[in-house]
Amino acid sequence: MEPIIHTKNLCKAFGDIPVLSDINLAIYPGEIFGVIGRSGAGKSTLTRCFNLLERPTSGEIFFDGVEITSLPPRELYKTRQSIGMIFQQFNLLMQRNVLDNICFPLEIAGVPRAQAKARALELLEVVGLSDKAKAYPAKLSGGQKQRVAIARAIAPNPRALLCDEATSALDPETTDEILALLSDINRRFGITIVIITHEMRVIETLCTRVAVISGSKLTVEEVLQNG
Amino acid sequence: MDEFLTWLQTYSPMLAKGLLETVYMTLMSTLLAYVIGLPVGVLLVVTEKDGLVPMPALNKAVGFIVNILRSVPFLILLIAIIPFTRFVVGTTIGSTATVVPLVIAAAPFIARLVEGSLKEVDRGAIEAATAMGASPWQIVYKVLLPESRPSLLLGAAIAVTTILSYSAMAGIVGGGGLGDIAIRFGYYRYKTNVMLVTVAMLIIVVQVFQEIGTKVSKWGDKRL
Ligand SMILES: Nc1ncnc2c1ncn2[C@@H]1O[C@H](COP(=O)(O)OP(=O)(O)OP(=O)(O)O)[C@@H](O)[C@H]1O
Ligand SMILES: [Mg+2]
Repeated sequence: MEPIIHTKNLCKAFGDIPVLSDINLAIYPGEIFGVIGRSGAGKSTLTRCFNLLERPTSGEIFFDGVEITSLPPRELYKTRQSIGMIFQQFNLLMQRNVLDNICFPLEIAGVPRAQAKARALELLEVVGLSDKAKAYPAKLSGGQKQRVAIARAIAPNPRALLCDEATSALDPETTDEILALLSDINRRFGITIVIITHEMRVIETLCTRVAVISGSKLTVEEVLQNG
Repeated sequence: MDEFLTWLQTYSPMLAKGLLETVYMTLMSTLLAYVIGLPVGVLLVVTEKDGLVPMPALNKAVGFIVNILRSVPFLILLIAIIPFTRFVVGTTIGSTATVVPLVIAAAPFIARLVEGSLKEVDRGAIEAATAMGASPWQIVYKVLLPESRPSLLLGAAIAVTTILSYSAMAGIVGGGGLGDIAIRFGYYRYKTNVMLVTVAMLIIVVQVFQEIGTKVSKWGDKRL
Protein backbone atom coordinates (compact mmCIF):
# COMPACT_ATOMS: atom_id res chain seq x y z
CA MET A 1 0.00 0.00 0.00
CA GLU A 2 1.16 3.54 -0.81
CA PRO A 3 1.71 5.74 2.25
CA ILE A 4 -0.57 8.74 2.66
CA ILE A 5 2.10 10.74 4.48
CA HIS A 6 5.70 10.08 3.65
CA THR A 7 8.87 11.95 4.54
CA LYS A 8 12.27 11.39 2.96
CA ASN A 9 15.39 12.62 4.72
CA LEU A 10 13.40 15.32 6.42
CA CYS A 11 15.58 17.73 8.40
CA LYS A 12 14.46 20.74 10.36
CA ALA A 13 16.62 23.14 12.30
CA PHE A 14 15.75 26.40 14.02
CA GLY A 15 18.80 28.56 13.50
CA ASP A 16 21.64 26.12 13.98
CA ILE A 17 19.77 23.93 16.45
CA PRO A 18 18.65 20.72 14.74
CA VAL A 19 15.19 19.61 15.87
CA LEU A 20 14.64 16.82 13.36
CA SER A 21 17.45 14.99 11.59
CA ASP A 22 16.99 12.79 8.60
CA ILE A 23 13.48 11.58 9.31
CA ASN A 24 12.12 8.84 7.04
CA LEU A 25 8.59 8.05 7.96
CA ALA A 26 5.63 6.47 6.21
CA ILE A 27 2.10 6.66 7.53
CA TYR A 28 -0.48 4.51 5.77
CA PRO A 29 -4.12 5.20 4.85
CA GLY A 30 -6.58 4.35 7.60
CA GLU A 31 -3.94 4.18 10.31
CA ILE A 32 -4.13 5.85 13.70
CA PHE A 33 -0.53 6.84 14.12
CA GLY A 34 0.91 8.19 17.35
CA VAL A 35 3.80 10.59 17.88
CA ILE A 36 5.28 10.71 21.33
CA GLY A 37 8.30 12.33 22.97
CA ARG A 38 9.32 14.74 25.67
CA SER A 39 8.35 18.37 25.64
CA GLY A 40 10.51 20.13 23.08
CA ALA A 41 11.43 16.90 21.30
CA GLY A 42 9.97 18.13 18.03
CA LYS A 43 6.58 16.40 17.85
CA SER A 44 4.71 19.52 16.83
CA THR A 45 7.45 20.51 14.44
CA LEU A 46 7.28 17.14 12.68
CA THR A 47 3.51 17.18 12.42
CA ARG A 48 3.44 20.78 11.24
CA CYS A 49 5.77 19.74 8.43
CA PHE A 50 3.08 17.36 7.14
CA ASN A 51 0.92 20.30 6.04
CA LEU A 52 3.85 22.72 5.68
CA LEU A 53 2.83 25.00 8.52
CA GLU A 54 6.54 24.52 9.10
CA ARG A 55 8.90 24.31 6.12
CA PRO A 56 11.60 21.66 6.47
CA THR A 57 15.20 22.79 6.19
CA SER A 58 15.78 19.95 3.73
CA GLY A 59 14.19 16.74 2.57
CA GLU A 60 10.96 15.80 0.88
CA ILE A 61 7.42 15.41 2.14
CA PHE A 62 4.81 13.48 0.19
CA PHE A 63 1.09 13.66 0.75
CA ASP A 64 -0.89 11.05 -1.13
CA GLY A 65 2.06 10.54 -3.44
CA VAL A 66 2.57 14.24 -4.24
CA GLU A 67 5.73 16.01 -3.09
CA ILE A 68 4.38 19.11 -1.35
CA THR A 69 7.43 21.23 -0.52
CA SER A 70 7.75 22.18 -4.17
CA LEU A 71 4.06 22.88 -4.82
CA PRO A 72 3.09 26.39 -5.95
CA PRO A 73 0.98 28.24 -3.33
CA ARG A 74 -2.43 27.62 -4.95
CA GLU A 75 -1.85 23.89 -5.09
CA LEU A 76 -0.49 23.79 -1.58
CA TYR A 77 -3.72 25.48 -0.36
CA LYS A 78 -5.69 22.84 -2.25
CA THR A 79 -3.66 20.00 -0.72
CA ARG A 80 -4.08 21.44 2.76
CA GLN A 81 -7.83 21.12 2.30
CA SER A 82 -7.36 17.36 2.40
CA ILE A 83 -5.39 17.48 5.65
CA GLY A 84 -7.45 18.41 8.68
CA MET A 85 -5.81 19.62 11.87
CA ILE A 86 -6.92 20.10 15.47
CA PHE A 87 -5.05 21.82 18.27
CA GLN A 88 -4.65 21.87 22.02
CA GLN A 89 -6.21 25.34 22.21
CA PHE A 90 -9.02 24.45 19.75
CA ASN A 91 -8.38 27.61 17.69
CA LEU A 92 -12.01 28.25 16.83
CA LEU A 93 -13.12 31.57 15.39
CA MET A 94 -14.62 33.36 18.38
CA GLN A 95 -16.82 35.72 16.37
CA ARG A 96 -18.51 32.91 14.43
CA ASN A 97 -21.08 30.58 15.83
CA VAL A 98 -20.57 26.82 15.86
CA LEU A 99 -22.30 26.23 12.54
CA ASP A 100 -20.32 28.95 10.78
CA ASN A 101 -17.08 27.66 12.28
CA ILE A 102 -17.74 24.30 10.67
CA CYS A 103 -18.70 26.01 7.41
CA PHE A 104 -15.41 27.93 7.41
CA PRO A 105 -13.17 25.39 5.62
CA LEU A 106 -15.99 24.77 3.15
CA GLU A 107 -16.19 28.51 2.39
CA ILE A 108 -12.49 28.46 1.78
CA ALA A 109 -12.90 25.56 -0.61
CA GLY A 110 -15.65 27.47 -2.43
CA VAL A 111 -18.53 25.17 -1.47
CA PRO A 112 -21.92 26.90 -1.96
CA ARG A 113 -23.47 28.20 1.26
CA ALA A 114 -26.54 25.90 1.33
CA GLN A 115 -24.45 22.82 0.72
CA ALA A 116 -21.90 23.86 3.34
CA LYS A 117 -24.65 24.40 5.90
CA ALA A 118 -26.15 21.00 5.23
CA ARG A 119 -22.76 19.38 5.62
CA ALA A 120 -22.09 21.29 8.84
CA LEU A 121 -25.40 20.15 10.34
CA GLU A 122 -24.58 16.58 9.39
CA LEU A 123 -21.22 16.85 11.16
CA LEU A 124 -22.76 18.42 14.24
CA GLU A 125 -24.74 15.23 14.49
CA VAL A 126 -21.58 13.13 14.15
CA VAL A 127 -19.90 14.99 17.02
CA GLY A 128 -23.10 15.07 19.07
CA LEU A 129 -23.63 18.83 19.24
CA SER A 130 -26.71 19.38 17.10
CA ASP A 131 -28.26 21.56 19.77
CA LYS A 132 -25.30 23.97 19.77
CA ALA A 133 -25.40 25.05 16.12
CA LYS A 134 -26.16 28.68 16.97
CA ALA A 135 -23.97 28.90 20.07
CA TYR A 136 -20.73 30.88 20.08
CA PRO A 137 -17.48 29.14 21.10
CA ALA A 138 -17.09 31.32 24.21
CA LYS A 139 -20.17 29.60 25.62
CA LEU A 140 -18.84 26.04 25.15
CA SER A 141 -16.82 23.79 27.43
CA GLY A 142 -13.36 22.62 26.38
CA GLY A 143 -14.64 19.23 25.29
CA GLN A 144 -17.43 20.80 23.26
CA LYS A 145 -14.98 23.21 21.63
CA GLN A 146 -12.78 20.31 20.59
CA ARG A 147 -15.80 18.53 19.13
CA VAL A 148 -16.56 21.59 17.06
CA ALA A 149 -12.92 21.74 16.00
CA ILE A 150 -13.09 18.10 14.94
CA ALA A 151 -16.28 18.67 12.98
CA ARG A 152 -14.64 21.68 11.32
CA ALA A 153 -11.48 19.75 10.50
CA ILE A 154 -13.30 16.87 8.84
CA ALA A 155 -15.92 18.99 7.07
CA PRO A 156 -14.06 19.09 3.72
CA ASN A 157 -13.65 15.29 3.75
CA PRO A 158 -9.91 15.27 4.37
CA ARG A 159 -7.80 12.18 3.86
CA ALA A 160 -5.89 12.73 7.09
CA LEU A 161 -6.42 14.44 10.43
CA LEU A 162 -3.48 15.79 12.44
CA CYS A 163 -4.13 16.13 16.17
CA ASP A 164 -1.56 18.19 18.07
CA GLU A 165 -2.12 17.56 21.80
CA ALA A 166 -5.83 17.62 21.09
CA THR A 167 -6.74 16.30 24.53
CA SER A 168 -4.04 17.92 26.64
CA ALA A 169 -6.31 20.73 27.81
CA LEU A 170 -9.09 18.33 28.81
CA ASP A 171 -9.85 16.27 31.90
CA PRO A 172 -9.42 12.45 31.70
CA GLU A 173 -13.11 11.75 31.17
CA THR A 174 -13.47 14.29 28.38
CA THR A 175 -10.22 13.01 26.93
CA ASP A 176 -11.72 9.54 26.67
CA GLU A 177 -14.82 10.93 24.95
CA ILE A 178 -12.71 12.79 22.40
CA LEU A 179 -10.53 9.73 21.81
CA ALA A 180 -13.64 7.62 21.26
CA LEU A 181 -14.90 10.20 18.78
CA LEU A 182 -11.59 10.18 16.90
CA SER A 183 -11.63 6.40 16.76
CA ASP A 184 -15.23 6.50 15.49
CA ILE A 185 -14.29 8.99 12.78
CA ASN A 186 -11.36 6.85 11.76
CA ARG A 187 -13.57 3.81 11.37
CA ARG A 188 -16.57 5.49 9.77
CA PHE A 189 -14.81 7.73 7.29
CA GLY A 190 -11.49 5.95 6.90
CA ILE A 191 -9.60 9.13 7.77
CA THR A 192 -5.95 8.57 8.65
CA ILE A 193 -5.24 10.06 12.06
CA VAL A 194 -1.94 11.32 13.43
CA ILE A 195 -2.01 11.87 17.17
CA ILE A 196 0.65 13.83 19.00
CA THR A 197 0.64 13.36 22.70
CA HIS A 198 2.89 13.05 25.68
CA GLU A 199 0.49 10.64 27.36
CA MET A 200 1.28 6.97 26.78
CA ARG A 201 -2.31 6.19 27.71
CA VAL A 202 -3.62 8.01 24.63
CA ILE A 203 -1.29 5.98 22.41
CA GLU A 204 -2.33 2.73 24.06
CA THR A 205 -6.04 3.32 23.60
CA LEU A 206 -5.93 4.34 19.97
CA CYS A 207 -2.79 3.80 17.99
CA THR A 208 -1.52 0.89 15.97
CA ARG A 209 1.94 2.35 15.52
CA VAL A 210 3.84 5.08 17.27
CA ALA A 211 6.83 7.24 16.43
CA VAL A 212 9.07 8.08 19.35
CA ILE A 213 11.09 11.27 18.86
CA SER A 214 14.21 11.69 20.91
CA GLY A 215 17.40 13.61 20.25
CA SER A 216 16.08 14.76 16.85
CA LYS A 217 15.82 11.11 15.75
CA LEU A 218 12.70 9.05 15.27
CA THR A 219 11.96 5.39 15.80
CA VAL A 220 8.71 3.72 14.87
CA GLU A 221 7.27 1.02 17.08
CA GLU A 222 4.22 -1.22 16.99
CA VAL A 223 1.71 -0.63 19.75
CA LEU A 224 0.29 -3.65 21.54
CA GLN A 225 -3.41 -2.96 21.52
CA ASN A 226 -5.09 -3.40 24.84
CA GLY A 227 -8.58 -2.88 23.49
CA MET B 1 -34.79 84.22 31.73
CA ASP B 2 -35.85 86.55 28.94
CA GLU B 3 -32.27 87.44 28.47
CA PHE B 4 -31.41 83.81 28.02
CA LEU B 5 -34.17 83.35 25.44
CA THR B 6 -32.95 86.28 23.35
CA TRP B 7 -29.46 84.89 23.62
CA LEU B 8 -30.71 81.56 22.42
CA GLN B 9 -32.60 83.19 19.54
CA THR B 10 -29.51 85.06 18.48
CA TYR B 11 -27.07 82.23 18.59
CA SER B 12 -28.93 78.96 18.18
CA PRO B 13 -29.12 78.98 14.35
CA MET B 14 -25.40 79.56 14.22
CA LEU B 15 -24.70 76.92 16.85
CA ALA B 16 -26.93 74.40 15.10
CA LYS B 17 -25.14 75.05 11.82
CA GLY B 18 -21.81 74.71 13.60
CA LEU B 19 -22.87 71.43 15.10
CA LEU B 20 -23.97 70.07 11.75
CA GLU B 21 -20.72 71.18 10.14
CA THR B 22 -18.69 69.57 12.88
CA VAL B 23 -20.56 66.28 12.60
CA TYR B 24 -20.31 66.40 8.81
CA MET B 25 -16.56 67.14 8.84
CA THR B 26 -15.91 64.47 11.43
CA LEU B 27 -17.88 61.66 9.85
CA MET B 28 -16.82 62.48 6.30
CA SER B 29 -13.15 62.66 7.30
CA THR B 30 -13.38 59.47 9.33
CA LEU B 31 -14.96 57.61 6.43
CA LEU B 32 -12.39 58.81 3.88
CA ALA B 33 -9.53 58.28 6.31
CA TYR B 34 -10.64 54.66 6.79
CA VAL B 35 -10.71 54.15 3.04
CA ILE B 36 -6.98 54.85 3.14
CA GLY B 37 -6.06 53.81 6.69
CA LEU B 38 -7.75 50.40 6.79
CA PRO B 39 -5.89 48.92 3.78
CA VAL B 40 -2.63 50.47 4.98
CA GLY B 41 -3.16 48.95 8.42
CA VAL B 42 -3.82 45.54 6.86
CA LEU B 43 -0.71 45.97 4.71
CA LEU B 44 1.39 46.75 7.78
CA VAL B 45 0.26 43.54 9.46
CA VAL B 46 0.40 41.26 6.44
CA THR B 47 3.86 42.32 5.24
CA GLU B 48 5.49 42.09 8.65
CA LYS B 49 8.54 39.88 9.19
CA ASP B 50 6.44 36.97 10.46
CA GLY B 51 3.24 38.07 8.73
CA LEU B 52 1.17 36.24 6.12
CA VAL B 53 3.19 37.62 3.22
CA PRO B 54 6.48 38.88 4.66
CA MET B 55 7.82 41.87 2.70
CA PRO B 56 10.13 43.59 5.17
CA ALA B 57 11.32 46.35 2.83
CA LEU B 58 7.81 47.45 1.88
CA ASN B 59 6.73 47.16 5.51
CA LYS B 60 9.56 49.41 6.68
CA ALA B 61 8.90 51.97 3.95
CA VAL B 62 5.17 52.23 4.66
CA GLY B 63 5.79 52.29 8.41
CA PHE B 64 8.26 55.14 7.92
CA ILE B 65 5.80 57.24 5.90
CA VAL B 66 3.09 56.61 8.47
CA ASN B 67 5.40 57.72 11.26
CA ILE B 68 6.41 60.88 9.45
CA LEU B 69 2.82 61.90 8.80
CA ARG B 70 1.95 61.13 12.39
CA SER B 71 4.71 63.29 13.79
CA VAL B 72 3.62 66.47 11.97
CA PRO B 73 1.49 68.55 14.37
CA PHE B 74 -2.00 68.95 12.96
CA LEU B 75 -1.92 72.74 12.92
CA ILE B 76 1.27 72.72 10.87
CA LEU B 77 -0.15 70.16 8.48
CA LEU B 78 -3.32 72.19 8.17
CA ILE B 79 -1.38 75.23 7.03
CA ALA B 80 1.33 73.45 5.09
CA ILE B 81 -1.08 71.70 2.76
CA ILE B 82 -3.25 74.73 2.00
CA PRO B 83 -2.16 74.70 -1.66
CA PHE B 84 -3.03 71.03 -1.91
CA THR B 85 -6.40 71.62 -0.25
CA ARG B 86 -7.16 74.38 -2.72
CA PHE B 87 -6.18 72.07 -5.54
CA VAL B 88 -8.50 69.29 -4.32
CA VAL B 89 -11.64 71.17 -3.27
CA GLY B 90 -11.13 74.59 -4.88
CA THR B 91 -11.24 76.52 -1.59
CA THR B 92 -9.36 76.62 1.69
CA ILE B 93 -12.11 77.74 4.05
CA GLY B 94 -15.23 76.00 5.25
CA SER B 95 -15.86 72.49 6.40
CA THR B 96 -15.30 70.67 3.11
CA ALA B 97 -11.84 72.23 2.86
CA THR B 98 -11.09 71.04 6.38
CA VAL B 99 -11.87 67.45 5.40
CA VAL B 100 -8.68 67.32 3.31
CA PRO B 101 -6.12 67.92 6.09
CA LEU B 102 -8.25 65.88 8.48
CA VAL B 103 -8.08 62.86 6.20
CA ILE B 104 -4.33 63.26 5.71
CA ALA B 105 -3.77 63.56 9.44
CA ALA B 106 -6.16 60.78 10.41
CA ALA B 107 -5.35 58.10 7.81
CA PRO B 108 -1.91 57.19 9.24
CA PHE B 109 -3.32 57.30 12.76
CA ILE B 110 -6.11 54.94 11.68
CA ALA B 111 -3.59 52.67 9.95
CA ARG B 112 -1.83 52.24 13.32
CA LEU B 113 -5.12 51.67 15.14
CA VAL B 114 -6.10 48.99 12.60
CA GLU B 115 -2.65 47.44 12.81
CA GLY B 116 -3.00 47.19 16.58
CA SER B 117 -6.45 45.62 16.35
CA LEU B 118 -5.43 43.02 13.77
CA LYS B 119 -2.38 42.06 15.80
CA GLU B 120 -4.63 41.13 18.71
CA VAL B 121 -6.13 38.28 16.68
CA ASP B 122 -5.19 34.93 18.16
CA ARG B 123 -2.30 33.37 16.25
CA GLY B 124 -3.92 29.97 16.74
CA ALA B 125 -6.96 31.01 14.72
CA ILE B 126 -4.72 32.23 11.90
CA GLU B 127 -2.76 29.00 12.06
CA ALA B 128 -5.93 26.89 11.91
CA ALA B 129 -7.09 28.82 8.84
CA THR B 130 -3.69 28.36 7.20
CA ALA B 131 -3.86 24.64 7.91
CA MET B 132 -7.28 24.52 6.24
CA GLY B 133 -5.76 25.86 3.06
CA ALA B 134 -6.88 29.49 3.30
CA SER B 135 -4.93 31.92 1.11
CA PRO B 136 -3.46 35.03 2.76
CA TRP B 137 -6.24 37.13 1.26
CA GLN B 138 -8.89 34.76 2.64
CA ILE B 139 -7.24 34.94 6.04
CA VAL B 140 -7.41 38.73 5.94
CA TYR B 141 -11.09 39.03 5.15
CA LYS B 142 -12.39 35.87 6.79
CA VAL B 143 -10.24 35.76 9.93
CA LEU B 144 -8.29 38.94 10.71
CA LEU B 145 -11.00 41.51 10.01
CA PRO B 146 -14.04 39.66 11.45
CA GLU B 147 -12.17 38.37 14.50
CA SER B 148 -10.91 41.84 15.36
CA ARG B 149 -14.27 43.54 14.71
CA PRO B 150 -14.90 44.58 18.35
CA SER B 151 -11.43 46.04 18.60
CA LEU B 152 -11.74 47.76 15.21
CA LEU B 153 -14.97 49.38 16.38
CA LEU B 154 -13.38 50.63 19.59
CA GLY B 155 -10.57 51.99 17.43
CA ALA B 156 -13.13 53.71 15.22
CA ALA B 157 -14.58 55.45 18.26
CA ILE B 158 -11.11 56.69 19.16
CA ALA B 159 -10.60 57.80 15.57
CA VAL B 160 -13.90 59.69 15.39
CA THR B 161 -13.32 61.53 18.65
CA THR B 162 -9.74 62.41 17.76
CA ILE B 163 -10.79 63.67 14.34
CA LEU B 164 -13.51 65.71 16.01
CA SER B 165 -11.03 67.48 18.22
CA TYR B 166 -8.73 68.08 15.25
CA SER B 167 -11.67 69.50 13.33
CA ALA B 168 -12.17 72.05 16.10
CA MET B 169 -8.57 73.18 15.67
CA ALA B 170 -9.29 73.95 12.03
CA GLY B 171 -11.34 76.88 13.35
CA ILE B 172 -8.04 78.79 13.47
CA VAL B 173 -8.03 79.01 9.67
CA GLY B 174 -11.78 79.39 9.24
CA GLY B 175 -12.47 75.72 8.93
CA GLY B 176 -16.12 75.88 9.92
CA GLY B 177 -17.91 73.97 12.64
CA LEU B 178 -18.10 74.49 16.38
CA GLY B 179 -14.37 75.09 16.75
CA ASP B 180 -14.58 77.92 14.28
CA ILE B 181 -17.39 79.53 16.29
CA ALA B 182 -15.50 79.09 19.55
CA ILE B 183 -12.46 80.83 18.13
CA ARG B 184 -14.31 83.62 16.33
CA PHE B 185 -16.55 84.52 19.24
CA GLY B 186 -14.59 83.48 22.26
CA TYR B 187 -11.10 84.44 21.16
CA TYR B 188 -11.58 87.34 18.76
CA ARG B 189 -14.75 88.92 20.16
CA TYR B 190 -14.61 88.05 23.86
CA LYS B 191 -18.07 86.45 23.84
CA THR B 192 -17.07 83.97 26.46
CA ASN B 193 -20.43 82.34 26.92
CA VAL B 194 -20.71 81.49 23.20
CA MET B 195 -17.34 79.83 23.48
CA LEU B 196 -18.33 77.93 26.60
CA VAL B 197 -21.51 76.67 24.96
CA THR B 198 -19.62 75.45 21.89
CA VAL B 199 -17.07 73.70 24.06
CA ALA B 200 -19.89 72.08 26.01
CA MET B 201 -21.44 70.96 22.72
CA LEU B 202 -18.12 69.51 21.59
CA ILE B 203 -17.85 67.59 24.84
CA ILE B 204 -21.34 66.18 24.38
CA VAL B 205 -20.66 65.15 20.77
CA VAL B 206 -17.46 63.39 21.83
CA GLN B 207 -19.33 61.57 24.60
CA VAL B 208 -22.05 60.48 22.20
CA PHE B 209 -19.63 59.14 19.58
CA GLN B 210 -17.54 57.37 22.20
CA GLU B 211 -20.59 55.85 23.82
CA ILE B 212 -21.96 54.60 20.49
CA GLY B 213 -18.59 53.09 19.61
CA THR B 214 -18.26 51.29 22.93
CA LYS B 215 -21.85 49.99 22.82
CA VAL B 216 -21.66 48.74 19.25
CA SER B 217 -18.32 47.08 19.92
CA LYS B 218 -19.64 45.26 22.99
CA TRP B 219 -22.91 44.38 21.39
CA GLY B 220 -21.20 42.73 18.44
CA ASP B 221 -18.58 40.89 20.47
CA LYS B 222 -19.44 37.20 20.61
CA ARG B 223 -16.75 36.48 23.18
CA LEU B 224 -18.86 38.21 25.85
N1 LIG C 1 9.44 28.88 15.60
C1 LIG C 1 10.47 28.38 16.33
N2 LIG C 1 11.62 29.05 16.42
C2 LIG C 1 12.67 28.56 17.13
N3 LIG C 1 12.63 27.40 17.79
C3 LIG C 1 11.50 26.67 17.74
C4 LIG C 1 10.36 27.12 17.01
N4 LIG C 1 9.39 26.21 17.14
C5 LIG C 1 9.89 25.23 17.91
N5 LIG C 1 11.16 25.50 18.26
C6 LIG C 1 12.03 24.64 19.09
O1 LIG C 1 12.04 23.37 18.49
C7 LIG C 1 11.99 22.36 19.48
C8 LIG C 1 10.83 21.42 19.21
O2 LIG C 1 9.61 22.11 19.42
P1 LIG C 1 8.21 21.42 19.27
O3 LIG C 1 7.17 22.43 19.53
O4 LIG C 1 8.16 20.67 18.01
O5 LIG C 1 8.26 20.37 20.48
P2 LIG C 1 7.13 19.41 21.00
O6 LIG C 1 7.71 18.05 20.99
O7 LIG C 1 5.87 19.62 20.26
O8 LIG C 1 6.96 19.90 22.49
P3 LIG C 1 5.65 20.00 23.41
O9 LIG C 1 5.36 18.63 23.92
O10 LIG C 1 6.07 20.92 24.51
O11 LIG C 1 4.56 20.57 22.57
C9 LIG C 1 11.92 23.06 20.81
O12 LIG C 1 13.20 23.06 21.37
C10 LIG C 1 11.48 24.46 20.47
O13 LIG C 1 12.04 25.37 21.37
MG1 LIG D 1 3.98 20.51 20.73
